[in-house]
Amino acid sequence: MNLRDKQPALYWCGVALVAIALIALPLVLTLVGTAWVRITNLAILFIFLALGLNIVVGFAGLLDLGYIAFYAVGAYVYALLASPHFGLHLPFWIILPIGAFFACVAGALLGAPTLRLRGDYLAIVTLGFGEIVRILVNNLSSPFNITNGPKGITRIDPFRIGELEFYNSDTWMGILFTGPAKYYYILLLILMAVIVINLRLQQSRIGRAWVAIREDEIAAKSCGINTRNVKLLAFAMGASFGGIAGGMFSAIQGFVSPESFILHESIMVLSMVVLGGMGNVWGVIAGALLLSFVPELLRYTVEPAQQALFGRMLIDPEVLRMLIFGAALVLTMRFRPAGLWPESRHRQEFSGEHRS
Amino acid sequence: MDIFIQQVINGLTTGSVYALVALGYTMVYGVIQLINFAHGEVVMIGAMVAFSVITALAGTASPLPPAVILLAGVAAAIPACMAIGYLLERVAYRPLRHAPRLAPLITAIGMSIILQHLALLVWSRNPLAFPQIVDNPVFSIGGAAITGVQIAIILLSVVLMALLTWFVYRTRFGIAIRATAENVHVASLMGVDANRVIAATFIIAAALAAVAGVMVGTYYGITHYTMGFMLGLKAFSAAVLGGIGNLAGAMLGGILLGLVEALGAGYIGELTDMCKWPLMKEVVAERCAADGHLVLMGSNYQDVFAFLVLIAVLVFRPSGLLGERVSERA
Repeated sequence: MNLRDKQPALYWCGVALVAIALIALPLVLTLVGTAWVRITNLAILFIFLALGLNIVVGFAGLLDLGYIAFYAVGAYVYALLASPHFGLHLPFWIILPIGAFFACVAGALLGAPTLRLRGDYLAIVTLGFGEIVRILVNNLSSPFNITNGPKGITRIDPFRIGELEFYNSDTWMGILFTGPAKYYYILLLILMAVIVINLRLQQSRIGRAWVAIREDEIAAKSCGINTRNVKLLAFAMGASFGGIAGGMFSAIQGFVSPESFILHESIMVLSMVVLGGMGNVWGVIAGALLLSFVPELLRYTVEPAQQALFGRMLIDPEVLRMLIFGAALVLTMRFRPAGLWPESRHRQEFSGEHRS
Repeated sequence: MDIFIQQVINGLTTGSVYALVALGYTMVYGVIQLINFAHGEVVMIGAMVAFSVITALAGTASPLPPAVILLAGVAAAIPACMAIGYLLERVAYRPLRHAPRLAPLITAIGMSIILQHLALLVWSRNPLAFPQIVDNPVFSIGGAAITGVQIAIILLSVVLMALLTWFVYRTRFGIAIRATAENVHVASLMGVDANRVIAATFIIAAALAAVAGVMVGTYYGITHYTMGFMLGLKAFSAAVLGGIGNLAGAMLGGILLGLVEALGAGYIGELTDMCKWPLMKEVVAERCAADGHLVLMGSNYQDVFAFLVLIAVLVFRPSGLLGERVSERA
């Protein structure tokens, strides 16, 4: 921020360069392979999730292990309201807020009975909540078929703005825009908004109340913060972000099934937040990008490497990914407990002396 | 009525297993006031190690009697799990004893993921059929069946719980454990080596988990690298139900949860059969006509009960049935 005041010209040049890079990114990636644009899109979705979870874990200090449930709620709301399953085809700008609303309600439902709990209890209850949502989604296919059970819902409508379709390729001014590339731009736009919201939230009265609760709930309470409402708000807001991300996931994939919402996904999002730096928006974004792309790189390198070294696959990249996540959680907490890019306040909290 | 007795028997069996695992949660919680998140994984490793040993010994028309093979499985699983329990304490908990509460939780989750995926690498990602080597005679009680395995599980759990109670309440080391649970600092001043006590608690918890793991394997006839997750969650619910930190509470909670789950699974189908609901009967008459039942929730919702119990306890009686007041440090 200092740079903006000291050398505004340099600062704005930098911003412009970043903007150009971000705009050109999918076009360059398309040349490498459309798959990479898709991976980038998923990474942006994970940034949404990580930022949402960051509100709960990073800002308010409430460990939520069932966060993916809200993603599931958003994804299924979108899938049910925009697919042949019920024959409904609402446009996305109506469904996304509905999904966010339902996720928000789910967040409040989870939050209400659990707010009095201490960190570790809360973690287990949220874990259970995540499982309940998954079990429900898996089983709500009989006697009334709501979620289509383990088979999932297919042929979900893609985004559509007027004449502009998001699933096919278009050529404008001689440049080819593939479906994923178009999604990339809309995701980027929403991402900007989400980042701004998060940064503003952090500075706001509510954001400071969250930090106060995280650091000492009793002190926060005695300073006149309504801890119950403020914590509920953290849950509800975090959940809404998850809901929106879920809706977009549905539209981009065109298919949802309970398999996408298992505990591993919750852990993955948590790893992003923890590794990046709990509470620091930029750190969390970096963590999300890192943990989204590393597995993809693994996929492309581990398999050939093992084939070359041992002549066969010893460790599935998927397994290696989870092992790395587990190790990342342990090692981060051991050696950089405030994350790779810590928030300044958190750094103090994790390095200073503590109440036991 | 025979369904009722049958479900009570099944509930007692799973309840005994939950109780053993719940004891692990409760003991660790007692000494460090933290939940051992990876405890379920220890159970899984116990089952897996026993699986390997039993398969190896039973495979080649071995001269050993089945009971000896099973015992060998248990005997291998216990030290393996103890080692893992110790490792957990050293890697995930001890270095972070003075860190904020969130930190050891996160390392434990990390360890649990690592253990799970190591197990996946070692024992494959498919469910493994646990060798059924011992004879499993079926006895009948009041129209319900109870198998030899069920009787053995219940009896063995009772014996282990009695042993543990004796150990904690009647031995010197037990006194040290209770002193540490009461107040680490004062216990240290009195000459108790807190580090040793805490490590020992993890190890004892892991040994119980190993036995529970073999029980689950023998009872359900199947092991899977993800089995520890659900089991751990349920056992934790049981520990909370009984009052975490309280030994008798964990036993009671485990048995109760087993019963709730078994009876719930046994009756939920009947209770949510909408063809029997006075108000809904007309609404769904068309679909009832087909086969007479319109079950809203079948026994596939069994896993939900533990969480509902957990949430209900936490809302209405956070200290559990037998627990003392739980401090609300954030």
